[in-house]
Amino acid sequence: MKQAGGEEKIKNMSERLYHVPRFRVSGDRALLVEYGEEIDLVVNERVCAMAELLLMHPFPGLENVLPAYRSLCIVYDPLLTGISTLKNHVLKMQQKLSRLSTAPPETIEIPVAYGGELGPDMDFVSDFSGLSVGDVIHLHSCNPYHIHAIGFAPGFCYLGELDPRLRTPRLETPRTLVPAGSVGIAESQTGVYPLASPGGWRLIGRTPLKLFDPARTPPFLYKTGDKIRFTPVSRSEYERILIEGTP
Amino acid sequence: MRPVFRVKTPGAHTTIQDRGRFAYQHMGVPVSGALDPFAFRVANMLVGNPLDAAALEITFAGPQLEVLSQADIGITGADMRAWANGNPIHCWQSVRIQPGSILIFGQAREGCRTYLAVNGGFHVPTIMGSRSTYSAGRLGGLEGRPLKAGDILMMGAGELLRKPRRLPWRPRYPDAITLRAVPGPQDDYFVTDMGIFFSSDYTVSSLANRMGYRLEGPSIQRDPGCPESIVSEPSITGNIQIPPDGKPIILLVEQTIGGYAKIATVITPDLFKIAQAKPGDNIRFWRVSLEEAHHAYRRWSAFVEDIEGAIQDF
Repeated sequence: MKQAGGEEKIKNMSERLYHVPRFRVSGDRALLVEYGEEIDLVVNERVCAMAELLLMHPFPGLENVLPAYRSLCIVYDPLLTGISTLKNHVLKMQQKLSRLSTAPPETIEIPVAYGGELGPDMDFVSDFSGLSVGDVIHLHSCNPYHIHAIGFAPGFCYLGELDPRLRTPRLETPRTLVPAGSVGIAESQTGVYPLASPGGWRLIGRTPLKLFDPARTPPFLYKTGDKIRFTPVSRSEYERILIEGTP
Repeated sequence: MRPVFRVKTPGAHTTIQDRGRFAYQHMGVPVSGALDPFAFRVANMLVGNPLDAAALEITFAGPQLEVLSQADIGITGADMRAWANGNPIHCWQSVRIQPGSILIFGQAREGCRTYLAVNGGFHVPTIMGSRSTYSAGRLGGLEGRPLKAGDILMMGAGELLRKPRRLPWRPRYPDAITLRAVPGPQDDYFVTDMGIFFSSDYTVSSLANRMGYRLEGPSIQRDPGCPESIVSEPSITGNIQIPPDGKPIILLVEQTIGGYAKIATVITPDLFKIAQAKPGDNIRFWRVSLEEAHHAYRRWSAFVEDIEGAIQDF
């Protein structure tokens, strides 16, 4: 017999997750399929599972499936399929979801050298939060982050959830160049810059890993739905990984 | 593989593009590729290339190129009045060029993007399935950037034509265009202002590039109660997003995901018109249903497939 607390939890979940997805037309060759209203781990897990299932069981006219946060975007060829066929296929696949197992999310360890010249804003984050540098590092690295979406720049992950105690405003003047691998905080978000770019996040460390390498197969180390865990490493360990390429 | 051009001056913005990089949008890598797929396709056909061969996309003002090898080229899209050693080069037909000649492009007179294909295609490394340049990500093409003076462009293996080829007509690129658009994905955010959107004149602003075209014109407001932004979702080329200032932005090939609501989406057969629209041009949107859009898509696909048949030897 279920306890009251458990039922309450299930009820909340069913409200957050649409039983019947909401379809939105995104032009003549794309269909958005929404599984919830807000940013939510349960919703994103459904999105990623459906994306994987659709790619595992392709049908004529399916060109691509793009998962992000609470929705997936199906890109199709209108010469080979129509909107009603597509919707029916999604609903049919959804029924199979409970019976078919999709791959569990992977957890990718990302070594980070925190503070010092590799994390020039660490002192600011420490002062702003009133926490010691050691506590900032601990809070930032103790739990894995869920990848809700990847976009904006190659390999750039939208991660959830940053510990609320680490929330820090962006820089007033963005840096013109943030080195690749920089780990930063902006308001309630945290993430890594896969490529060198301008940016206004508060930088607390840097990873020696190449998160995106177009010459590597595969070019990326993770996908939407995976988990990222930041592992603190020393500066000398950072240098070693930078040279050897592997942790 | 051999050198075909030395870049003397690069033009305003000239990049190597093919059909696009399709498999990585969900990893933050946009599709890229030729912004005007029709002119790009014909350019390759004129010189007998496979349809995924890489060509030059030349924007607004053209380069000066020193010819290093004998080759067949095809120039399509906007007319930039190209010259070779003082002789005008005709567009929409193949032209044989000889080592030592200098190709000079002027400014676009009608439209704004010109495509130059060479037999064998431009040879650069294939990165993640495409040769297209994505400048912001420093990916593909020539070191992930537009051409610059001194670059040497290589051509792949490809035979010279036995007979010159041409398309006996050419598309026009008027400075006032109508774009057919399907409402959505967030048409339910703009119930009140949908009529304004589909009945107003918009002008292409100076902020118009491969990422998107920002338009000037009547501001579109969200219905009361609709949030300023949505949870970020994947973008599709042709999506028309409405940022908080109410000025529409047509999203193009260098987008991955975004968090502004989209009132409507330009249909695929009309995307080339945007590629050829320039700042100051006039745009109106014409509402079509998804069914009408798919009908137009089928007609357009059949038309594009048949272009090969319309190209003649001469």
